[in-house]
Amino acid sequence: MNRASTPMLEVKGLRKVYEGASRTVEAIRDVSFSVAQGELVCIVGPSGAGKTTLLKCIAGLLAPTAGSVVLEGHAVTGPPPAMAVVFQEYGRSLFPWMTVHDNVTLPLKRKKMSAERREELVRDALAAVDLRNVESAYPWQLSGGMQQRVAIARAVAYEPHVLLMDEPFAAVDAQTRADLEDLIRVLWRKLGVTVLFVTHDIDESVYLGQRVLIMSHAPTVIMEDVTIDLPGERTQLETRSLPRFGELRKHIYSQIQIAKQGRKPAGT
Amino acid sequence: MTAPTTKPPAKLKAGMLAWLRGVGGLIGFALLLEIVPRIGLVSPNYLPPFSVIMVALAKELMTANFWRAFGDTMQAWALGLVISIVAGAVIGIVIGGSNLLRTMTHSTIEFLRPIPSVALIPLAVLLFGTQLESTLILVVYASFWQVLIQVLYGVQDVDPVARETARSYGLGTWAQIRYVIWPTMLPYLMTGVRLAAAVALILAITSEIAIDTEGLGREISQTESGGAVTIMYAYVIVTGIIGVVVNVGARALERRVLSWHPSIRLDSAEVAR
Ligand SMILES: Nc1ncnc2c1ncn2[C@@H]1O[C@H](COP(=O)(O)OP(=O)(O)OP(=O)(O)O)[C@@H](O)[C@H]1O
Ligand SMILES: [Mg+2]
Repeated sequence: MNRASTPMLEVKGLRKVYEGASRTVEAIRDVSFSVAQGELVCIVGPSGAGKTTLLKCIAGLLAPTAGSVVLEGHAVTGPPPAMAVVFQEYGRSLFPWMTVHDNVTLPLKRKKMSAERREELVRDALAAVDLRNVESAYPWQLSGGMQQRVAIARAVAYEPHVLLMDEPFAAVDAQTRADLEDLIRVLWRKLGVTVLFVTHDIDESVYLGQRVLIMSHAPTVIMEDVTIDLPGERTQLETRSLPRFGELRKHIYSQIQIAKQGRKPAGT
Repeated sequence: MTAPTTKPPAKLKAGMLAWLRGVGGLIGFALLLEIVPRIGLVSPNYLPPFSVIMVALAKELMTANFWRAFGDTMQAWALGLVISIVAGAVIGIVIGGSNLLRTMTHSTIEFLRPIPSVALIPLAVLLFGTQLESTLILVVYASFWQVLIQVLYGVQDVDPVARETARSYGLGTWAQIRYVIWPTMLPYLMTGVRLAAAVALILAITSEIAIDTEGLGREISQTESGGAVTIMYAYVIVTGIIGVVVNVGARALERRVLSWHPSIRLDSAEVAR
């Protein structure tokens, strides 16, 4: 099998309907896309578009109603070991009863490896997110930005092939957010990991991504697959003031406006 | 009281103050027990002055009989409590972890729980006479529910995000129980343990009085029927002291085990204010 030609991740005809006792919600109607090995793809869409639902289906946490998710050639039926998720609610995703060190270590315990190797991974992951000397602290003793760094370190230490992130920076202040965005770019380039990054922030999606998938209003389809043709070397100040950056964000913004009005792209 | 020259940390000061107040209250109560019989409000035959009781207590403490009774009561208490905690925690996790089991057992639990333990005295006597097992039945029956109900609440309280995090990192059922469900439930369990520890003591003494099983309760009823009122009060006071020690111990344990928990974190911040 030719490794380069098989996509890292493939979502095929995914549909998700929540069957409740009183009401059924069609969150996702028909979503298909694929992500190549090492790509950084952002997903933007209005609130309630089903972004979290999509991510949970991809992560194997939710069973899709129809369609499939294929990771490295294998259908996803449960949480795959090659995937790590960073949740938006870092305060609830980190375990308050464990120290930072134990939080990052826990997922590694089920992977077969020596204790030394495990400690090495934990140390490297914490260093990679610029956290030092907090190993013995509890998450609630850290600032919000630091907590999210711990959550990212936990994902990084897990050595995933695909990193899924659900609006990870929605709850931190603007400055911290900019720092964390740069951190993601740095980690992505350094580790060569495939990243799928969900956000409702258009600027963030353009700044981070190589591609941006625009989701429609629920019931959701993909409205457009935008290639971000900005230089690979990005800095907050320069990249964001490029004319091309403005064009891209304007384009995506108008697409989202159309999405909010409930129109679908032609042909669906 | 004059202001101390060096100011202790606020937290310490507040803690000391609360402690001093508590001790002050106890001294006041002891004084009342001393005065009431002395001024004849109650006949000293029924309620001897506090100092007389304490002298009798000091003498009792020298006897082997006292320590045997004390040991018996504490044994029944501790055994019953451990059985209740283990059974309550295990059964609570199993039932709480399954929607089906929870709905199936709900009405049964609500039916059994309000039955007072003392209603089981005839059954206990029938089964075990005046043996330790009789006391254990009552103790366990009373304290088990305290633990079970708390654990059921605790298991329900697991944060969906925490659970999904655990699942996404591939933690299996056992790992989820150990690393997510158990710690979430622990504060509830500790509350259950604290309540159960108090209830277990009450039931241990009750059954010793009512069934005549060995222990402090039996000493209370025997001294009473033998007319040794002063010694009876000495034993009553001992049970009170045990109750206080059990409660203080349970709270200390709670603080140690739950140092990470918001209620404890908040607590220490509050005291500091
Ligand atoms: N467990 C659930 N049961 C029923 N309906 C649900 C459930 N979770 C989500 N939904 C519905 O599915 C739709 C999509 O929700 P989802 O959380 O995926 O949106 P989102 O794009 O992540 O929104 P946001 O940007 O606000 O996070 C919404 O209409 C929501 O009400
Ligand atoms: Mg969401």
